[in-house]
Amino acid sequence: MPAYRSTVLLCAGGGCISCGCLPVREAMEAELKRRNLADEVRVVQTGCVGSCDLGPVLIVYPDEVFYQKVSPGDVPKLVDEHFLKGRVFERLLVKSAETDNLIATQREFAFFNKQVKIVLENCGVIDPENIEEYVARGGYLALGQVISERTPEWVIEELKKSGLRGRGGAGFPAGTKWDFVRKAPGERKYVVCNADEGDPGAFMDRSVLEGDPHRVLEAMAIAGFAASADQGYIYVRAEYPLAIRRTRRAIQQAREAGFLGRNLFESSFSFDIDIRVGAGAFVCGEETALLASIEGKRGIPRPRPPFPAVSGLWGKPTLINNVETYACIVPIITRGGDWYASIGTEKSKGTKVFALAGKIRNTGLVEVPMGTTLREIVYDIGGGVPNGRKFKAAQTGGPSGGCIPAEHLDIPMDYESLAKVGSIVGSGGLIIMDEDSCMVDVAKFFMEFCTDESCGKCPPCRVGTRQIYGLLDKITKGEARIEDLHLLEELCGMVKESSLCGLGQTAPNPVLSTLRYFRDEYLEHIVDRRCPAKVCPSLIRYSIDEAACTGCSLCARNCPENTIFKVEDQKKYRIDPARCVKCGVCFDVCRFGAVVKS
Amino acid sequence: MAVEIAATGSGAPSESQVGAILAKHPAERSALIPILQEVQAKLGYLPEEAMCQVAEALGVPEANVYGVASFYAQFRFAPIGRKQVHVCRGTACHVGGAPKILAEVKERLGIGEGESTPDREYSLETVACIGCCALAPCAVVDGKVEAKLTPKKVRELFQGVQR
Ligand SMILES: Cc1cc2nc3c(=O)[nH]c(=O)nc-3n(C[C@H](O)[C@H](O)[C@H](O)COP(=O)(O)O)c2cc1C
Ligand code: SF4
Ligand code: SF4
Ligand code: FES
Repeated sequence: MPAYRSTVLLCAGGGCISCGCLPVREAMEAELKRRNLADEVRVVQTGCVGSCDLGPVLIVYPDEVFYQKVSPGDVPKLVDEHFLKGRVFERLLVKSAETDNLIATQREFAFFNKQVKIVLENCGVIDPENIEEYVARGGYLALGQVISERTPEWVIEELKKSGLRGRGGAGFPAGTKWDFVRKAPGERKYVVCNADEGDPGAFMDRSVLEGDPHRVLEAMAIAGFAASADQGYIYVRAEYPLAIRRTRRAIQQAREAGFLGRNLFESSFSFDIDIRVGAGAFVCGEETALLASIEGKRGIPRPRPPFPAVSGLWGKPTLINNVETYACIVPIITRGGDWYASIGTEKSKGTKVFALAGKIRNTGLVEVPMGTTLREIVYDIGGGVPNGRKFKAAQTGGPSGGCIPAEHLDIPMDYESLAKVGSIVGSGGLIIMDEDSCMVDVAKFFMEFCTDESCGKCPPCRVGTRQIYGLLDKITKGEARIEDLHLLEELCGMVKESSLCGLGQTAPNPVLSTLRYFRDEYLEHIVDRRCPAKVCPSLIRYSIDEAACTGCSLCARNCPENTIFKVEDQKKYRIDPARCVKCGVCFDVCRFGAVVKS
Repeated sequence: MAVEIAATGSGAPSESQVGAILAKHPAERSALIPILQEVQAKLGYLPEEAMCQVAEALGVPEANVYGVASFYAQFRFAPIGRKQVHVCRGTACHVGGAPKILAEVKERLGIGEGESTPDREYSLETVACIGCCALAPCAVVDGKVEAKLTPKKVRELFQGVQR
């Protein structure tokens, strides 16, 4: 093997692929060959680096130079500058949001240097399709050690010491759950990985499976050893074809290398893993529904107890954890439970990956110690709200969670603190909203999601979510009365109290939390028939400021309803309010800011 | 506007295609969903005869197979367009303007959610998050993720489409 002087890490996460990173790779390989550098510079295709909005992204080692938004056309110049002349190619560097200075390396970039990577330590560093790279970084060592030198009790003890809690939403202590399964009576047991990632706004599980699938396989095998199970299932949602493909391939490679299959590390322990692909139902993320789905049934939750740890797949004791939970296992085994417990807060240990998106400058995956404040995530790592707008709220926990308003920006992000302000950590979705986001519209959005996804088994959830949605719809249309607000609160309480599973029990949360912090905004919709964020179509109107209009006719040509007409004898246009459908196309296309929303 | 598609002899699902898929799986209940997924991947949807064939092979009542298939949003019971358009309606995309994107796609293709164009070139569905939230709003068109969409980009994307 040639001794490479440089390695180019090319992010091939879902985000970068959609921005066209694969043609960049081809261009890079061709150019290196043309310049006779192919033996000196190696190109490695990795999983998600995390800074998804900057793609395609390249990181050149050993200097960690970080290039963003690279196009195939940039490649010859980049190779020339960086590898032949030995200079950083400045045009593709990131600019600091505050100072406008160029940021040359990943280390200097605040988005990265404030993060602490445990779950994502290999994502964006290794080639996920090549098991050798995982092994070279110590992969499968923990499994080997556990099988040959340790007992299941030792594994569970370390896990308890670590304080790791489930990352799928509920935050149940992982060590305790593993212990339940180990102690549950039964010959046959199963290990399941929940990769259904239902929160529409969270994508860390996808990135882990796409960027470092072996870490999850190794953890599941360790779980199998600790719980004495010999079969595992990974339940992945169908919307993640790349994650499915890379995980399948990883399973195949692990089998060939003897890390999965019969008699692992020459012991009596056997363990194998299969993939099950979800079929598009949010409720299947709920553990009992997920297990029903693996059994080939309709994914409908059942009451607990019995918990899956006692009676799960085919009635057998089943250990079910989330992808990110499994992704913490190998570091805990390698570096010890005490080390892990030294990170985070008193009751929330370790790190948490947040999927930062919405109205924020740097979007993508960020991994921080539990207890990091929302302000640090939004401003130091996220670079703040763009376009001179103001931070209004952060939504966490998706359809089961709530909103955190600006007054709570200094809240530590951990299970307890978020619960105190009426939200949850959930799976880690973190959507930032600015003044242009309407909180009633956000509540309505989540409620619509829940009505669609309710499995229909219990009436409070099936009917109640629909009624709540109806009320919110009335409010956003300016048709509600003040009594409706009380009715809304009553209904929320009822659905919360009497639904069977977590979907129904938590569905009212986004409404309750926006009511708590943004009651005035609800009142404005109801009493003044106004949407202060100018989002709700029924409550806004579009008009043209004739002083600013240049008469270019662009809006009129784009209006789907042909409601924009030329004012006679003038180079001006006007909207017919009676026929306007409030699609906003004119507002978007006008280059002179002449279309006004009021 | 639901699109009626005349049954053509040549389009009839092949029993042997379903048979080949069945042969790859154990004849047990837990294989039902993976089998239905493969059948759909092959035929584009789940024809009634195919579901009957699966029911018989697995020894599961037909009504039961239909019950499972109809529960999951992924399964379709009518043929779809050659190119599928999935518009994301996840949180990040919603906040980033997905409603406008969806409206524009509907306008361009002249169809609603769950429908296909009369020439069966496109069909339109919404999905809850494709995991590209950092690039919101987005959609998947014919298997390719289209990121940071604007109504204008949508127009360009479907420029040549005859309505
Ligand atoms: C409606 C609903 C949806 C859920 N969706 C998910 C999901 O997408 N991913 C997940 O890991 N857990 C999800 N959960 C939580 C699971 O039921 C379960 O608690 C989790 O898989 C346990 O793993 P953990 O202890 O590692 O978090 C969901 C729960 C409910 C009630
Ligand atoms: S609460 Fe809703 S989703 Fe959960 S079981 Fe009841 S109807 Fe189904
Ligand atoms: S696009 Fe703007 S400037 Fe052009 S006609 Fe319309 S309002 Fe006037
Ligand atoms: S919300 Fe659209 S990709 Fe996640």
